[in-house]
Amino acid sequence: MLKIENLKAEIDGKAILKGLNIEVKAGEVHAIMGPNGAGKSTLANVIAGKEEYEVTEGSIELNDEDISELAPEERAHNGVFLSFQYPVEIPGVSVTNFIKTAINETRKAKGLEDMPAKDMLKMIREKSELLEIDRKFLGRSLNEGFSGGEKKRNEIFQMAMLEPKLAILDETDSGLDIDALRIVANGVNKLKSKDNAVIVITHYQRLLDYIVPDFVHVLHDGKIVKTGDASLALELEAKGYDWIKELA
Amino acid sequence: MSKYTEEQLEEELKTQEYKYGFYTDIESDTFPIGLNEDVVRAISKKKNEPEWMTEWRLEAFRVWEQMEEPEWANVHYEKPKFQDIAYYSAPKKKPKLNSLDEVDPELLDTFKRLGISVDEQKKLANVAVDIVMDSVSVATTFKKTLGEKGIIFMPISEAIQEHPELVKKYLGTIVPTTDNFYAALNSAVFSDGSFCYIPKGVKCPMELSTYFRINEGGTGQFERTLVVADKGSYVSYLEGCTAPMRDENQLHAAVVELIALDDAEIKYSTVQNWYPGNKEGKGGVYNFVTKRGLCENNAKISWTQVETGSAVTWKYPSCILKGNNSVGEFYSIAVTNNHQQADTGTKMIHLGKNTRSTIISKGISAGQSQNSYRGLVQINSRAENARNFSQCDSLLMGNACGAHTFPYIEAKNKSAQIEHEATTSKIGEDQLFYCNQRGIDTEKAIALIVNGFSKEVLNKLPMEFAVEAQKLLEISLEGSVG
Ligand SMILES: Nc1ncnc2c1ncn2[C@@H]1O[C@H](COP(=O)(O)OP(=O)(O)O)[C@@H](O)[C@H]1O
Ligand SMILES: [Mg+2]
Repeated sequence: MLKIENLKAEIDGKAILKGLNIEVKAGEVHAIMGPNGAGKSTLANVIAGKEEYEVTEGSIELNDEDISELAPEERAHNGVFLSFQYPVEIPGVSVTNFIKTAINETRKAKGLEDMPAKDMLKMIREKSELLEIDRKFLGRSLNEGFSGGEKKRNEIFQMAMLEPKLAILDETDSGLDIDALRIVANGVNKLKSKDNAVIVITHYQRLLDYIVPDFVHVLHDGKIVKTGDASLALELEAKGYDWIKELA
Repeated sequence: MSKYTEEQLEEELKTQEYKYGFYTDIESDTFPIGLNEDVVRAISKKKNEPEWMTEWRLEAFRVWEQMEEPEWANVHYEKPKFQDIAYYSAPKKKPKLNSLDEVDPELLDTFKRLGISVDEQKKLANVAVDIVMDSVSVATTFKKTLGEKGIIFMPISEAIQEHPELVKKYLGTIVPTTDNFYAALNSAVFSDGSFCYIPKGVKCPMELSTYFRINEGGTGQFERTLVVADKGSYVSYLEGCTAPMRDENQLHAAVVELIALDDAEIKYSTVQNWYPGNKEGKGGVYNFVTKRGLCENNAKISWTQVETGSAVTWKYPSCILKGNNSVGEFYSIAVTNNHQQADTGTKMIHLGKNTRSTIISKGISAGQSQNSYRGLVQINSRAENARNFSQCDSLLMGNACGAHTFPYIEAKNKSAQIEHEATTSKIGEDQLFYCNQRGIDTEKAIALIVNGFSKEVLNKLPMEFAVEAQKLLEISLEGSVG
């Protein structure tokens, strides 16, 4: 599904990713953990194609195709989805209108007609029920005045609507109380299949109790310094990150 | 794929061309250039006007001659040479039409290219269209339905002939000939426009709609619109226009007067998309408009405007809230791009008791354009319990454009409640990336963000107009991505 080799990226001349390797296969869940400033969000943004970051070396392949020259919307059309750590507000654009536009633009890119309104409504109903989202919420301006938890839940709602191949969840757990965490995790688990993959970026082990990863990677100073199974997350929870820093 | 910056956005915005850059080749009958009393008389004669009308024009002309062009607006342009303009131009073929089938096929084609196909219009139930082409109306439809209700909707030139008592009674009462430089000029030389009268207690059953177009190189267009809503009546009036590509500047100075008698309501909506000039700022329409409405007791006037065109816009649709409990509203979207300049806003003059006004202004600036809101809220000493709410939001694209807000408040009565809110925001790279990540390309993302920003105003437009307006917003900012 995703294959990253020796990825180096910088912003304003400052190196952030310093030779990173990761391979994610269809059907897998990977967790990326690491201290603040390690480069986790940068990795997510670089995969999604944010143009502020300059890739200086290495490759990003999605399903054996190099995507590192593609525009962000083209990567999205190819099935990359990023649940943002800090979702942005778009005043006056309702959640429904936004997701409708996103779906139809993606369909247009694939040469398909707009999704019939009836199907769209049905899908919105199903997915909002899955994530226990109030219908009134869907009429509100995107992320405007949303609580931290509402923003994150809305990100996962969009993921559910767009049905990506590769979903990257950047600290989706932060700002969620325990009930919301369970709802969101449950939603993610329901959306998982043998054909798609999920990368969960988190600080805490908490979320991983619900979304159980096949692999856990520790990112430090722009590189993956350790990879293990789910038990590595528990170890990090118990010991903190200092011992990892020494590994690097 | 290069790094997408605001500078690039700005650069790309410059490359868009005017979509409706063409003009129709219909033979015209045009006066030689220049303006003097003889020209004013000739215009009046051409239209077979009665003596009082000729005198009215001449008086306006004499006032205009003594006036100076105003300079207080935040716009800079080469002043029109008023003696180099031809003051009358009418299509030579001037048929009387009963149905749209009789309209000049070339004209129909023009409308099709504008995306405002007349066929479509016809199907859109309840829209009567009075097409003003080069100053003279060439088609009027739906007259019959309106006639049954006693509604008068016709070119003002015909109204002068057929309903002189009504025209004489109201013309120039809201915007006097002496009001300002452009209004005086308009009064002297106006060629045509629309007249509308809704009798007592009648709710006009359809949106009344007029399309204005400027079509003859070098001719200014001076329309005159007069809408009178008698006691307890209601009318929704739509005005829309676009002009063909031109090299020289075209002057446009319209006057619109609205009169809402006791308990009457007038909704006046405008979509304006005149040629804004090329990307170097050459050419384009100068749009100097005086629009004003008067509300008697319990009456209401709403102005809604979507302004995307013109090189220079100078326009302040206003309400005189004379009657007690009367209501004035102003909802505006003004888009400027490239070198466009807009100085627009409103005046709400509170004279009566318990009068209320609402002002929602959305300015969107791109390129090197300048977009100014200028508003006056005036509460007269006798206007007990007057209320005003104003909100002025500006959205900027790139670093070379400007947004300015000039809110003036004059409150002479202590019971007045006035609220003013203003915001300025920028389309951020983070917003664009967020949209891109969801599969929405940058051009579509800008359209989405701009439509969201303008939503409160778009929602005020009648349905069929709102769709057109949204399309226009997209077109005006189109080409923002290569
Ligand atoms: N837009 C940016 N401009 C400058 N520095 C940045 C930018 N984004 C991230 N960085 C820097 O890159 C490093 C990694 O940041 P980030 O990827 O957000 O880390 P994490 O998500 O692991 O906390 C930090 O030192 C951060 O300050
Ligand atoms: Mg982060």
